[in-house]
Amino acid sequence: MNAPSAIRPATSTKPNPMQTLLWLLKREYWEHRGGFFWAPLIAGGVVIAILLLSMIVAEATAARHGVNIGNLNLDRISANMTPDQVATFNSGLAAGLMGMSIPIMATLFFVVFFYLLGALYDDRRDRSVLFWKSLPISDLDTVLSKVVAAVLIAPAFAIAALIAMHIVTLILISVYAGIHGVNPLPLLWNPAPLITMWIKLVCLIPVNALWALPTAGWLLLCSAFARSKPFLWAVAVPVALGAVLGFTQLLQQFSIPSAWYWKYIVGRILFGIVPGGWLGVGGNGTLRAITGGGDTNIELDKFDLVNSVLSWGHIFDAIGSIDLWIGVAAGAGLVVAAIWFRRRRVETSV
Amino acid sequence: MNDASATTTHIVRARGLTKRYGAAVALDHVDFDIAAGRIVGLIGPNGAGKTTALKAILGLTEFEGELSVLGLDPRTQRTELMQQVCFIADVAVLPRWLRVSEAVDFVAGIHPRFSRDKCQAFLARTKLKPAMRVRELSKGMIVQLHLALVMAIDARLLVLDEPTLGLDILYRKEFYQSLLNDYFDEEKTILVTTHQVEEIEHILTDLIFIKDGKLIVNASMDEIGERYAEVMVAPEKVEAARALKPLNERGIFGKSVFLFDGVPQAQLAQLGELHKPSVADLFVATMKGTYA
Repeated sequence: MNAPSAIRPATSTKPNPMQTLLWLLKREYWEHRGGFFWAPLIAGGVVIAILLLSMIVAEATAARHGVNIGNLNLDRISANMTPDQVATFNSGLAAGLMGMSIPIMATLFFVVFFYLLGALYDDRRDRSVLFWKSLPISDLDTVLSKVVAAVLIAPAFAIAALIAMHIVTLILISVYAGIHGVNPLPLLWNPAPLITMWIKLVCLIPVNALWALPTAGWLLLCSAFARSKPFLWAVAVPVALGAVLGFTQLLQQFSIPSAWYWKYIVGRILFGIVPGGWLGVGGNGTLRAITGGGDTNIELDKFDLVNSVLSWGHIFDAIGSIDLWIGVAAGAGLVVAAIWFRRRRVETSV
Repeated sequence: MNDASATTTHIVRARGLTKRYGAAVALDHVDFDIAAGRIVGLIGPNGAGKTTALKAILGLTEFEGELSVLGLDPRTQRTELMQQVCFIADVAVLPRWLRVSEAVDFVAGIHPRFSRDKCQAFLARTKLKPAMRVRELSKGMIVQLHLALVMAIDARLLVLDEPTLGLDILYRKEFYQSLLNDYFDEEKTILVTTHQVEEIEHILTDLIFIKDGKLIVNASMDEIGERYAEVMVAPEKVEAARALKPLNERGIFGKSVFLFDGVPQAQLAQLGELHKPSVADLFVATMKGTYA
């Protein structure tokens, strides 16, 4: 039995782990190009289309009623504005742009939610998992690539689409103003607050990613564990547990309000991937502050609403908050459990 | 890779390999060795434990007993193992969204033993185009793609689980021809399960029959030829033939054909014309009563 292969040295060149991860991420992008790349662009495109349509309707209505809104010399108006008024205008503009961004963020939430639910389930259902498992890739690398794709890659594409949409919006408004003989440059294109806002949005990607880890871990665990219907597992289990806790008033025995469970467990494992979900953690009651509630410990700047909600101090508060890091630890535990199931559950039937 | 695997003579070595699914026993204390440079057919009826054995070898399932593949433990050293083991499970396990070019790029990116040039050369012989997606391909073309990827990997063990299921005869012939002509050499080992026994029996060097989780036959084709013989017996000698306890008896053109296990060939020659039994006939004879 001394076949030649017995003496052939089994040389093995270890592939560079970073390179493997990059290929795995590329793989996720190939499979989910529609969700990661096109979905936020389309959401932004729809917003732009609505904006464009309303401009056309406004124009048509004005023409039909013979209203001439041209020759309104905004140059002179803006020249006559006090610095406070200019700042208020800019603040409103930034808030408006952020409001327009909600459809992209909502799209990102749904894309990432269902991406995570299917990430370790769909390939088991169609048995293509057997192909992936026939390659020298560890289950650890596979699951980590899905975490990174969900919490960093997908949000990065969404933020890029969002900034592109902001720029297109500003150009459209400028053109519209220009048609009416108004020079938009001094008011609309006040670069400092805009660029600060965009830089913050990019910097928030890793903060959101840390905040999203419990949700990513839980959804991946359900995806790796479920033999069918991962969505039901992911949603029904925490909701049913909440109902049981509510009926039995178990938590109240330990003087924990039942809202605590819904906010800190269900909220964190299902809605942690909502962009900016950590808002209201560092500063007590920030979100109430935005809606005009009283008790707040952050000073909202009415001249720069967006940048004050997303203030650097506030971002650092969130990074330093114990809530965030407990979530990171819980998320890591859930990811480890997902890897364990990925190792053992190969097909949905077995 | 450690030295142990480099000096191992057996590509696969199983001792007391057992797998239970609840109360059902899929593999029942199975022992076998697979040497390098062999093409081993693992043949058995549905539910006999073939796929379970392959899954154990590939580290895709838990099991009891000892199993070493290339000197590695498939349970704990899967990632290392898969650098040297390739696997084609029955058709259509390639993900439907994957493009041909992406498949080649990906495997080239993560597999240290993959040769892109070889793969392109294999693909050039097919009608596959880089931009095609798996979902646009016929079953036969999917297998061509998978085979091109696998043959471009310098692996030591290739595991095939019903690789040609659902393919027409042209693709099936081409599949095994490519494997023999362009892939197999004395440094490689192929382990294949299939129900289309007739198509692979001439390429096998070893045969393992498995039934109800146990190995019924485990021998090289040469040993099979010595051990089993088929005799075409004239009517007047039928009783004499039956006295030798044949494995099987069937009638053909008014004569009886008997299959014997381990009866000396000189003795059988007196009964009538001797033949080497086909694997299919041997299979049918040894598996009698499986579904009864």
